[in-house]
Amino acid sequence: MKRKLEVSELIFKVISYIFLTIFSICCLYPFVYALSASISGRHAVEYNEIILFPKDLQFEAFQSMFNNNVFWSSYTNTLFLTLYGTIWALGVAILGGYALSKKRLLFRKGFNFFLVFTMWFSAGLVPQYLNYLATRDIFHGVGITDDKWLIVIAMGMAAMNIILLRNAFEGVPSEIEEAARVDGATEMQVLFKVYIPMCKSTIATVTLFFAISRWNGYYWANLMVSTDAERPLQVFIRRKLEELTNSENLATWNENYAANSAIYALIVCSVIPILIIYPFIQKYFAKGVNVGGVKE
Amino acid sequence: MKAKALDNYIIYNEETQTYEMDREQAVRDDVEKHRVMHMLKTILKDWRLYLMLIPMILVFLFWRYFPMYELLGCFKLTEVGVDVADQHYIGLANFYQLMFGNATLSLEFWRAFRNTFLLSFYGLCFGFPMPIILALFFNEIKSNLMRSIYQVMTYLPKFMSTVIMTTLVIMLVKEDDIVSSMGILSRFLSWIGIIPKEAAEAGLLNDPKYFRAIYQISGIWETAGYDSIVFFAAIIAVSPTSYEAAQIDGAGKMAQMRYVVLPSILSTIVIMLITRIGHLLSIGYEKVILLYDVETYETADVVSTFAARYGIEGSMQGVASAAEMLNNVVGMVLVIGANTIARKASDVSLY
Repeated sequence: MKRKLEVSELIFKVISYIFLTIFSICCLYPFVYALSASISGRHAVEYNEIILFPKDLQFEAFQSMFNNNVFWSSYTNTLFLTLYGTIWALGVAILGGYALSKKRLLFRKGFNFFLVFTMWFSAGLVPQYLNYLATRDIFHGVGITDDKWLIVIAMGMAAMNIILLRNAFEGVPSEIEEAARVDGATEMQVLFKVYIPMCKSTIATVTLFFAISRWNGYYWANLMVSTDAERPLQVFIRRKLEELTNSENLATWNENYAANSAIYALIVCSVIPILIIYPFIQKYFAKGVNVGGVKE
Repeated sequence: MKAKALDNYIIYNEETQTYEMDREQAVRDDVEKHRVMHMLKTILKDWRLYLMLIPMILVFLFWRYFPMYELLGCFKLTEVGVDVADQHYIGLANFYQLMFGNATLSLEFWRAFRNTFLLSFYGLCFGFPMPIILALFFNEIKSNLMRSIYQVMTYLPKFMSTVIMTTLVIMLVKEDDIVSSMGILSRFLSWIGIIPKEAAEAGLLNDPKYFRAIYQISGIWETAGYDSIVFFAAIIAVSPTSYEAAQIDGAGKMAQMRYVVLPSILSTIVIMLITRIGHLLSIGYEKVILLYDVETYETADVVSTFAARYGIEGSMQGVASAAEMLNNVVGMVLVIGANTIARKASDVSLY
């Protein structure tokens, strides 16, 4: 039997729907607007005639961007950084987290502190910058002249992710490991055949965190990468924005589309791959936020 | 099976009525005697485990701890291009110059410190309650499909990079320039009369008055949906029978909120609040760097951007590292304090 809702409950329900609808639309609107503005005609964009739907369709903003080689190279650079950076960080984090999860590890407390201290205290931007410069010289010295490898190896490691993995590994019952050992499994086999399959969802979450921080990384890539051909997408977008909002460049703008459309087209292109994989990764993303449950 | 110790290592086993050697005790004594040897042996036996640690240790040593060595620069007279070890100690002169120098530098530092604190503090006041409110509202949507739609839409901005997010913000509130009119958002805001038309035409991001509001609102837009997950998880853990019991007792919506929902999410709220307070001084520099401009330093400049401006773009590395050192040491005290309180309050440690 369904109970009749009380008035106060009904009011609250209506308010919830109204509020959530408004908030969701606010979240989504900038992206829809960007899409519409990127394919609208020059006059419509420059005189702010677009509210929601595109006007005077044109696709030249996209076309000219697709013809730009730097755009494609920045895209491949970002894919490179995301792929290798995630593999490297994940490898280091899984190995480290596995070793730290073992009670028989000597100096376990010390190693943990070594990790956690970096979450409490960071040296700051300037020392980090000097350090990156020094390591870049070392990398160049041993013949790695592609600065992308410096970004892959040096940046994007997060102590929090290692701790998430460590806690997941600690949750695996030790009987299972013992059983595998009795069957003659080596350390590596135990890790790959027992632990990794049992902690799949945490590993997926951590992978996602690493991949997103790689895909989004801007500041250090902007500082450390010196040539156009090696710059990742985020840096390219920012530089393009600065170029296309500069009034000197705008004075000589004579394309069939507005300068703003070019910026919006760039935004749309960098958002689309994320939108495509978003439905598949959303559930892992939601799992990783239980920060409150982390124990020392 | 109980064994009675007769000698150091010889024990009498009552079950089988024989004397046996107590191997464990022998090992224990052996360990006492050869502690170091034993340690080495344990490491050797488990050498694979220690090998696994090495990449992690190297990465953290090289790129987290070696920068701390560079921090020595804050006690030195720094020169660009000179190794920090070769520079001359000048004691606390950099800190003195920053804190009591009374020149532009010191004024800018205190402004940056105040801005760092205020941006976080306003984030705590306005940004923190928003995910909780959202979670409460999500709980009201009983249709799974509708709720999923709302959730997918509100989590979405979190997936966008800082560059995309700030680019959108810049475009939405841009000034009226020579070829195109102002951003759609500032047009809307000046149309409904929240902001004066002149300010909207000059570009909201060029006016220090609006920076904090833009920073907070874009922050809410970006993270509120995603941050609501943890609160929502706490709310749906409440058993439906609790609501039913409250309803039978005649509790209205407000009473249900007060006596059923609030107690169930209170511990989560406290933990998240403590974490936020712990991170009051560790504000993300990327978003500020991408949004601020010379005109808005007054309200936008934070300690990290101050340091980046003087130490990375400029050449005053000593002063810049001193500024960040001050900020980060106070920040560390806050984080450790918050963690201790959280541990006391709920036996959940944050790290």
